[in-house]
Amino acid sequence: MNYTKSELMVVAAARELENDDSVLVGIGKPNLACNVAKRTHAPDLQMVYESGTIGSNPSSPPLSIGDPVLASGAVSIEPMRNNFNYQLQAGRLDVGFLGGAQIDKNGNINSTVIGDYDDPDVRLPGSGGACEIACHVGRTLMITPHSARRFPEEVDFITSPGYVDGREGRKKLGLSGGPEAVITDLAVCRFDERGEMYVAALHPNATREEVQAETGWEIEFADDLETTPEPKEEELRLIREDLDPDEMYTDQAE
Amino acid sequence: MSKLTSMHDAVSDGVSDGDSVYLAGFTHLIPFAAGHEIIRQEKRDLELIRATPDLVYDQLIAAGCARKATFSWAGNPGVGSLPAFRRAAEDGIPTELELEEYTHFGLIAALDAGASNLPFAPLRGFIGSDLPEHNDNIARVESPFDDDYVYAVAPIEPDVAVIRAQRADESGNAHLWGIQGEVKIAGLAADTVILSVEELCSEETIRSDPNRTVITSDDVDHVVHDPYGSHPSYAQGYYGRDNEAYIEWAEIASDVDRVEAWLDEWVYGVENRREYVEKLGVDRLLDLQPDRSYATPVDMGAYR
Repeated sequence: MNYTKSELMVVAAARELENDDSVLVGIGKPNLACNVAKRTHAPDLQMVYESGTIGSNPSSPPLSIGDPVLASGAVSIEPMRNNFNYQLQAGRLDVGFLGGAQIDKNGNINSTVIGDYDDPDVRLPGSGGACEIACHVGRTLMITPHSARRFPEEVDFITSPGYVDGREGRKKLGLSGGPEAVITDLAVCRFDERGEMYVAALHPNATREEVQAETGWEIEFADDLETTPEPKEEELRLIREDLDPDEMYTDQAE
Repeated sequence: MSKLTSMHDAVSDGVSDGDSVYLAGFTHLIPFAAGHEIIRQEKRDLELIRATPDLVYDQLIAAGCARKATFSWAGNPGVGSLPAFRRAAEDGIPTELELEEYTHFGLIAALDAGASNLPFAPLRGFIGSDLPEHNDNIARVESPFDDDYVYAVAPIEPDVAVIRAQRADESGNAHLWGIQGEVKIAGLAADTVILSVEELCSEETIRSDPNRTVITSDDVDHVVHDPYGSHPSYAQGYYGRDNEAYIEWAEIASDVDRVEAWLDEWVYGVENRREYVEKLGVDRLLDLQPDRSYATPVDMGAYR
């Protein structure tokens, strides 16, 4: 079948979602993944956006989380204070999508600064709601290109906690939940009982050597290493015809 | 009592050099017209506060109006980073920019403390993050009742907030629909409030649907009627976000000379929002018009 890496990433992420999940959606691939899931195996998926829209049903791909298509036809729109207070902090959301410039071995995310905080090499946008999402949703998912620069052993700055210094470390801080999967253009990674990232599935045509070369520490591979299932025809049709016809967020095969 | 005035007079009366200023809005209803007027009047040493500083703050920073940014996410929504913000933060161009950084919830809670006259606001946030180490206005506090803990943030009370809404009466009772963001809370936390709207309406219209009111006249000092005052941001039901402008800004702002030229053309080169809108042209505005989609009316009942 003819498909691209970005389409595979979207579909792999969609499969992480379950029917009845309420999900804090992000823009781009996460938005596509949620919409693919909603239109295939998870029709009751409740999509919530950081801008406070609940039950959004966007008619076209939103360019930002505050896009008007997320407000029109939503079931509710909450002011920011309510959204963060009653939705996130109170633990009403099951899944959150997060991204960042760096993700480390323990799933901690940096979206604040490369280099020293007070003398930055690169100043990044900052947390926004990401830290609260990482603290409070049941499970977090990440979709990101696989590169050594993006996967250092330790991030320069923890904006959003993953397993901090391990599963116990996260528990000691009073946090439940945590990262569930990191979906890259080479693999699907998960977290072991220590809270360390490992490779659970390789994408078709990707190799262990490639993954290791693009990871900043010696990453482990599952004993029962799987191959990521290919996208189904219907999933590709949804992406190409309905959800991202202008290829804003996916490169699409000919 | 009518508080109707021009944006020129509202800014000249309401904003002083050195003030902390909150231009509120979450992607929706960003007060671009007010930001441009602040640039035209060459206000200096401002502390720019907002959860989501976007293009208008990048423009204020590029124009040399800012000494500090208090924020939780500084970027060009859906596009990338803010080049002028980054130049100031990384290299001190055109001026050094002090940063005071929160998460969204942290900043909103701090405004809430300001709006509620509380010494701090508690939240479950910042847990496991490096952010508290870099901001003295975030502190870990133990629960007075058990061994739980939360973080606290100090109140934020801006000198001036500029908020936008779709419609208001002349005394400043405002209706807002669509994404509400932090508009209400920023208005309540600030000393002076400039309210700018797409449309003026009667008090009767406001009273016909009180649940839609986001702020009342008691908390508003100036009312400005500035149609398209949020472009290139959007006003739900009136016009869409001009995404092209956001994408173009990434190009323009990456080059200091191009930023200067842009400011000369689109800010200093026009007298007010009306001239800016004329310059944008009918075609561009028509392209941003959504189809109509009215909410079903509600029956408030006429009780005797």
